[in-house]
Amino acid sequence: MRETFVATTTALLDEDPRTALVLADISAEAFAPARRRHPDRVLNVGIREQLMTGVAGGLALTGLRPYLHSYAPFAVDRAYEQLKLDLGHQDTGAVVVSIGGSYDASEEGYTHQSPGDVALLDTLDGWTVHVPGHHDEVPAMLRAAARHDDRVYVRLGVQENDRAHPDGGRLRVLRRGGPLVVAVGPMLDPVLEATTGLDVTVAYTNTPRPLDADGLRVLTESEVVMVEPYLAGTSAAAVSSALEGLPHRVMHLGVGRREVRRYGNWRDHAREHGLDAPGLRASIVDFLA
Amino acid sequence: MTATAVHTDRLGPLLQRITGDRKHLPSAHSTLDVLWVLYDRVLRITPDTVDAPDRDRFLLSKGHGPAAYYAVLAAKGFFPESWLDDLGGWDSPLGHHPDRVTIPGVEIGTGSLGHGLGLGVGVVLGLRAQGFTRTRTFVLLGDAELDEGSNHEAIAYAAATHLPITAIVIDNQSSTHGWPGGIAARFPGWDVSVVDGRDRDRLERALKPRHDRPNLVVATVERKGS
Repeated sequence: MRETFVATTTALLDEDPRTALVLADISAEAFAPARRRHPDRVLNVGIREQLMTGVAGGLALTGLRPYLHSYAPFAVDRAYEQLKLDLGHQDTGAVVVSIGGSYDASEEGYTHQSPGDVALLDTLDGWTVHVPGHHDEVPAMLRAAARHDDRVYVRLGVQENDRAHPDGGRLRVLRRGGPLVVAVGPMLDPVLEATTGLDVTVAYTNTPRPLDADGLRVLTESEVVMVEPYLAGTSAAAVSSALEGLPHRVMHLGVGRREVRRYGNWRDHAREHGLDAPGLRASIVDFLA
Repeated sequence: MTATAVHTDRLGPLLQRITGDRKHLPSAHSTLDVLWVLYDRVLRITPDTVDAPDRDRFLLSKGHGPAAYYAVLAAKGFFPESWLDDLGGWDSPLGHHPDRVTIPGVEIGTGSLGHGLGLGVGVVLGLRAQGFTRTRTFVLLGDAELDEGSNHEAIAYAAATHLPITAIVIDNQSSTHGWPGGIAARFPGWDVSVVDGRDRDRLERALKPRHDRPNLVVATVERKGS
């Protein structure tokens, strides 16, 4: 997905003089050709994430459309107040493109992981959150974001589904049946495998914010299982709000809060958090029993 | 008697109309002369050009104590003087920290310290990318505000990239642990001048010339609380 991000953003910089890119060393090498062509609009501030976001706010104040990029723990956790004040409070926007969300940087440890990025953005107003499940879903997200000035977060991951679903902006039903299981981004393939042979409806979205509340109301009979690749329960408030007044039972699956002091790869961590197919199946079967 | 002197004389009564901000009053006045010199003698901005893309930019990073800022903006006609009578009121556009969304002429909303310089760096870069090379950008900070580490990300980057930005630090010695060796020592690679923050002619001479790299003006005023 990072390669797709680099290619699409490089093209946007060529096509649209309003586009700007602010980096804090991460991925700077990959954008070197773009920087040579557009030295005024491709900016690397060094290892300074507060400045990266402040600069984005300043660029936006002059009418440019800034994209910024780093590991999620640095772009969101570390520079949270800059997102809140240098963008939101200034009534400006930017496109924040992260890598290393939950446990992609498994060998790097907890310092390079941010399971709470989407939850943090949920405390702020006006953020659209994209969690692509396949690299072919990424270009449309980045290109759509170039056409307005709102605040957009694109969470790139290592884990991908086999197929792209470009129409995943709203809830898209992939399997019809009984209780609803919602898979966000890269959770789709494990959810499909986990629910094989179960009488459930599986719906996919790569845009959990704003959550497709209308779709959720239409598809919910009584039970809902939310499966998200970031902190478990991040969407609890959004789901509760969407289903207000409807009797329902809900389970939220996602990454646990407890720090897993192990390395390995993302599959190991998915298993540890119960987000691989067997883990998901056990939780879902138990919930629906 | 010049028009300037007439306006200057009006700042006192305007400040007195701002009664709500008792908490921040001493620091408010520390910025008064710098702000007046900027808006009266240096900045290319008027109430008619607040949205002009090539206007000069003034960013009040030190959002604390905005009474002097409000008084100067009102005196220059950016908003009605009657707004000064209800600082912090429910229906007032003027809070104890300025909000760019509610106040004409205010470029950034601040209050939490250490945000203006980073935003200012972005403004300079954005203007340059769009060819507004005549436009100047000024950021005003307080000496205690420099305690915030975010400033130093911007200070170092501006120096490394020879960014034409002017930072003004009002030094009323309000930083708890101070800056041994002087504030200017924290701005390596910047042009530096230290001037009496109450001497309007010296302030003008320090602020008016263009610099093609980062420029620091330390405006020294009486110690906070003295």
